[in-house]
Amino acid sequence: MNEDRPRILIVEDSPTMRQLLAFALKRLRGAEIVEASDGMDGLRKITSDEFDLALIDINMPVMDGLKLISLIRAEGSLREIPIVVITTEGAAEDRERALSLGANEYLTKPIQANKVLAVARSLLKLG
Amino acid sequence: MSDDERQNLPVRAEEFLGMFRRGAEFTKELLEENQRLRRQLVEVEDRQTTAAGDDVEWSKLREELIARVRTLESEREDVLERLRAVEEENRLFAGRYLEIEEENNNLANLYVASYQLHSTLDLGEVLKIIIEIVINLVGAELFAVYVLDERSGQLEAVASEGAEVKTFPSAPLGSGPIGESVLSGEMILEEGASQDLDHPVVNIPLRVEDRPIGAIAIHRLLSQKESFSPLDHELFTLLAGHAATAIFAAQLHGHSERKLNTIQGFIDLLTK
Repeated sequence: MNEDRPRILIVEDSPTMRQLLAFALKRLRGAEIVEASDGMDGLRKITSDEFDLALIDINMPVMDGLKLISLIRAEGSLREIPIVVITTEGAAEDRERALSLGANEYLTKPIQANKVLAVARSLLKLG
Repeated sequence: MSDDERQNLPVRAEEFLGMFRRGAEFTKELLEENQRLRRQLVEVEDRQTTAAGDDVEWSKLREELIARVRTLESEREDVLERLRAVEEENRLFAGRYLEIEEENNNLANLYVASYQLHSTLDLGEVLKIIIEIVINLVGAELFAVYVLDERSGQLEAVASEGAEVKTFPSAPLGSGPIGESVLSGEMILEEGASQDLDHPVVNIPLRVEDRPIGAIAIHRLLSQKESFSPLDHELFTLLAGHAATAIFAAQLHGHSERKLNTIQGFIDLLTK
């Protein structure tokens, strides 16, 4: 972690959600937030920079979140990055699929900022 | 031994003697302290012996000890009472902290929704943002955004989620659940889901002052969303005002752009 300031990547096509998540996550020791608007953009950013956590939406244009998660987990150097899925898909099979591909947590929309913060704190081991 | 060392010998001897003197003083202090403690011990033992043989002295000593125990018990009660008060205060602070954090999160939601709604003057973008807010912040699965066609007096679905926009029937202003809600400005707010696209479970009338603009009609929520929260009600109120203003501003901007283009075309024609 860069000087105790976590770096978090938000991959989400909705600007409203990106802004809301960034708003909440900045409260984690002034976390540095990087945003990506689709899966491909997310892949480019996560492979060219270092992150402590990634929040990924499932339904996105260009490349969906599940494909992005499988590509991240296939890349040796990115295997340890904690991934939180944030999606409207509430079915149990969607959850199992995302977790089996390598997501660490699965949160459904509408999101509650305190839940996102609690999950992020736990994955970043911020206590 | 070198000459230097020989010359330093008196200095080193003086240092050693100083150290020895300090050690001797410390030992003397220790012996005195030891003597003092021995005297105290003898005094206490004497007092105990005297007290054991003398009822008055024994009773005095006993009373002293009982008084001391009472004082200590009272102090202990005070400390416990203060501890309980501090714990209670901590609990209150923790509860208040959670309340404030929730309030903070709710305000962030409202701020982001409002910020996004007023971030553009393009009607298509405004409608897209309304859809995003209703999906992501409210958690709706099947809904439509209606805009009033002032010439026909019909509310037409212009954007939707969960079904094609053309499947949502138009609603005459002032007639049917959606039309009545928009005309009166009263929100429909029911729990559950509705398959009837004429009858939403939630209808948010969009109005600028008394002027009807349109509506957001919600028919079904996401499966994981069980009921509406106080934040949802705040969001509905925010949408009723801000979405209406954003749509109205975008419509006016679109009209003015078209008029400007027409006038510009006319001027170009005259000046050619």
